[in-house]
Amino acid sequence: MLLDVGSLAVMGVTLGAVLGTAAKLLAVPTNPLEDELQALLPGSQCGQCGFVGCSQYAAALAKGDTPITLCAPGGKGTIEALAKKLGVHADTDGHEEKGPEVAFIIEDLCIGCLRCIGECGSDAIVGAPKQLHTVISDACHACGKCFKICPTEAIEMRPIPQTIAAWHWNKPGEHASH
Amino acid sequence: MKLFPIMGGIHPDYRKELTSEKAIVTLPMPATLYIPLQQHMGAAASTAVEAGMLVKKGQMLGRGEGAVSAPVHAPTSGRIVAITEVTAPHPSGLPQMTILLEPDGKDEWAELPAPMADPFTTLPQQIRDRVAASGIVGMGGATFPSAVKLGLGNQYKLEILLLNGAECEPYLTCDDRVMREYPDQVVDGARIMAHALGAPKVIIAIETNKPQAIEAMSKAAAAFDNVTVVGVPVQYPMGAERHLTQAVTGRETPARKLTADVGVVVHNVATARAVHNAVRFGRPLLSRVVTVSGGAIAEPKNIEVPLGTPVSVLLAFCGGATNAKRYISGGPMMGQPLPSLDVPVVKGTSGILALTKAETKESASRPCIRCGSCVTYCPCGLVPVEMAAFIRNDKLDEAAKIGVQDCVSCGSCSYICPSHIPLVHYFNYAKGRIAALDRERRKNEQTKALVEAHNARLERQAQAKREAAARAKAQKENSDESRANA
Amino acid sequence: MSIVVDKSGPFTHGSNNVQRTMFTVLAALAPATMFNLWLFGWPAIFLFLVTMAACAACEAVCIHLGGGSIDDVLSDGSVLITGWLLALSLPPWAPWWVAVVASAFAVGLAKHAFGGLGQNVFNPAMVGRVVVLVSFPVQMTAFVPTKPLFSAGAPGFAESLHITFGKAVSLDGISAASQLGFIKTEMARGVPVNQSMDQLPALGDLLLGFHPGSMGETAVPLILAGGLFLMWRKIISWHVPLAMLGTLFIMGAVFNAVDPGRHASGLFHLISGASFLGAFFIATDYVTSPVSKSGQLAFGVGVGLLTWIIRTYAGYPEGVAFAVLLMNALTPILDQHFRPRVFGRTRKGAPLPLRGDK
Repeated sequence: MLLDVGSLAVMGVTLGAVLGTAAKLLAVPTNPLEDELQALLPGSQCGQCGFVGCSQYAAALAKGDTPITLCAPGGKGTIEALAKKLGVHADTDGHEEKGPEVAFIIEDLCIGCLRCIGECGSDAIVGAPKQLHTVISDACHACGKCFKICPTEAIEMRPIPQTIAAWHWNKPGEHASH
Repeated sequence: MKLFPIMGGIHPDYRKELTSEKAIVTLPMPATLYIPLQQHMGAAASTAVEAGMLVKKGQMLGRGEGAVSAPVHAPTSGRIVAITEVTAPHPSGLPQMTILLEPDGKDEWAELPAPMADPFTTLPQQIRDRVAASGIVGMGGATFPSAVKLGLGNQYKLEILLLNGAECEPYLTCDDRVMREYPDQVVDGARIMAHALGAPKVIIAIETNKPQAIEAMSKAAAAFDNVTVVGVPVQYPMGAERHLTQAVTGRETPARKLTADVGVVVHNVATARAVHNAVRFGRPLLSRVVTVSGGAIAEPKNIEVPLGTPVSVLLAFCGGATNAKRYISGGPMMGQPLPSLDVPVVKGTSGILALTKAETKESASRPCIRCGSCVTYCPCGLVPVEMAAFIRNDKLDEAAKIGVQDCVSCGSCSYICPSHIPLVHYFNYAKGRIAALDRERRKNEQTKALVEAHNARLERQAQAKREAAARAKAQKENSDESRANA
Repeated sequence: MSIVVDKSGPFTHGSNNVQRTMFTVLAALAPATMFNLWLFGWPAIFLFLVTMAACAACEAVCIHLGGGSIDDVLSDGSVLITGWLLALSLPPWAPWWVAVVASAFAVGLAKHAFGGLGQNVFNPAMVGRVVVLVSFPVQMTAFVPTKPLFSAGAPGFAESLHITFGKAVSLDGISAASQLGFIKTEMARGVPVNQSMDQLPALGDLLLGFHPGSMGETAVPLILAGGLFLMWRKIISWHVPLAMLGTLFIMGAVFNAVDPGRHASGLFHLISGASFLGAFFIATDYVTSPVSKSGQLAFGVGVGLLTWIIRTYAGYPEGVAFAVLLMNALTPILDQHFRPRVFGRTRKGAPLPLRGDK
């Protein structure tokens, strides 16, 4: 009887010690998920998700306490990538996608103040002081920061028109939006 | 000639008898022509005219832009009324830039490039230039600029120009009629193309349900040793480029490669006729033969139609359409639904079909019973049932892994499915969606790179500022020190 | 004028549909069924009708519970096939409640619990049969000698009603073993197979169906004719039947040659039990067999092999139902491993090498 209890106790203590040491030795220092998630986000720190920047949004996503559908510049593709990484279902149905947009500068209103150029994270606006500025639409990812800062409301966010080349069939049973 | 079997495929109800004995008739010039700037794969042409200008027949209206593009020309003389956005003959129903031409009824020719008396002593590059300048594109429906395809001889060692007269789509008889009525033009065009390609041999493949075409073409080809006419089995999709190549030569084109990789280039018979006209007479592509057919059409016809003619004009010319369930551009298997009857006939329009409900046999889709017919009949060796299941559950990656991008959308699986499941629709959706996601991903990566470059620059500037400040400070301290020492 | 574009092509369709497919199968089964109903008389006819009605009723209930429209119940004909095949797999004089229990499990559990038509993993009719076989072994192995309708010794209408619907009817006096059951029990008594085989009816009678057995498994020529009809109509292909029967025959023949005292001959395996019915009508069930031809070959070989093993070494004399169910479980795996070669690609999925590439 005593022998049984004794041997079990010894075994328990030994195994417990092994496990405890292993946990210490093999511990993963930080949450790698956060970095991986951040890598999937556009990285322009536009703040449209409601967080200060992409890294803060990634941190919240890693904790799992925020929807995955908040990144507007990333679009559906980013949502699906996040869903895959997090192993959750990409519920894009409820997500009201604005459709791709691009910033546009209204020539008559632009005073050439340079503020939008300073704000743009992807160098998509070119111009010189007191000169009309222009958006390079290929480089613009519609974060909207220039739109917010423009003092003369010369910047509009315009939807990119759908083209025949980019058009594709809807999933059977789902009706086209246009 | 020894032929080789192709896998899968179906034998649909062909219904070619509706128009196969109707000789090609010429359409009277419509009141207005709607000439889109993009009637081909690749970049749209740019306008070379302005509203209000008077143009002659054959004058260039739109200039080809970039490596893969094609110009468009005036099908007749007249006045440019407007250059504006008009609904495209495309299922999206989206608008595209279109030139509106009002014919003046004179049909006056512009000054055309000089005819080439002996194209076989002309440099291949000159023939390709002529074909490019004539706006010729693949007229079987793919509308890939022909001059680009004729340039394949530069990169590949080609053995055979395979002329596609299979016309495996039901209803369509435009190629059949062209081969029967203009066999010499087709053979001449084919020989010119073979010369441009540097291909020693021409094989003209025609499905055996067109015996008169085979006979006419054989007669026209008899004088030339290197031109062979071969009857191929009636089996849809025999006219698919890779399948026809396999049936005639036994060579299987590897995935993601061109038939040119196995020494074969495939061109359509109507394209050959257009090349003949461009090279021998300097005439650009201004019209094409269109089969107007289907149970809803009062008088089905084969019509030589000026490009830009509205579909409604064609239908009226054929006595109108009644009880049509579907209007289609092209054949019933791979053709595209028309978004409107006001859209124009373009270079790739091989047919305009108005099909009744009895012909489309449409029915609500039912649950899959896993009968495996789609697997048996798929000419590409795919498993449509499994791909569709993945796509329905939004697992596009999985569908891609088992080959959805290898699907040629021939429609055999949808045709044969006893449960009427729109399999090809699923695959068309998946292919488009995967491409769209790819574009989005590339754009995101590009943005990321720009953002990173931007941040790196800011960091460098900040660093430079810090260093400058440190230097200034050090200098100041230095001078203080020296002053103190002094 | 703009037209609603709601559907990609093709805009034409073959004339086949689910309903037509299902009714062709029923037509192919009809001659053999008629013959067997005649052969086993009124009780068989009652049992057949009870099974069909019970299956249809189960389907109606399940669809109603699932919120579907009752009008759809019989429209695709699939439940009729399930009921029909289930009836054919029962002993002809089995009591009505065996049929009802089997139907409930076949349609309710095997089919609708998995999601209805096309979603089931296991062949519904075989699930029904196996459930009652393991639950009511006495009733399920009480075979009777053939007593053709209106022949001397055949039960009359009233007597037949009693046999099918009566309470605790004992068939002890007349029951006989199927030939597979007979050689199995003889084996157990120590009688070698080649000796017990001598006491069975002549091979010709076995072939024509004049022997005890399940309701639909005894008329080999008519089942074969029905199967060939389905092949001609392109409803089934030769892959599953040939692979299954071929494997069964080869296994039988080879082991019979090695040890005739222990193993029955290949031909005997082919014409006894449900070999033909199974090969042409049960193992070929669309939903529960692989979709590719190569997968179907593997499936057929598996069913044949398992049938032979169960018949030869397991406790049950007949193994087709178990073999089919076991292979049904493997179907998803077979589907993954036996895909056709994609055009322009190697079997592994890489693009074909070009000529000259090494």
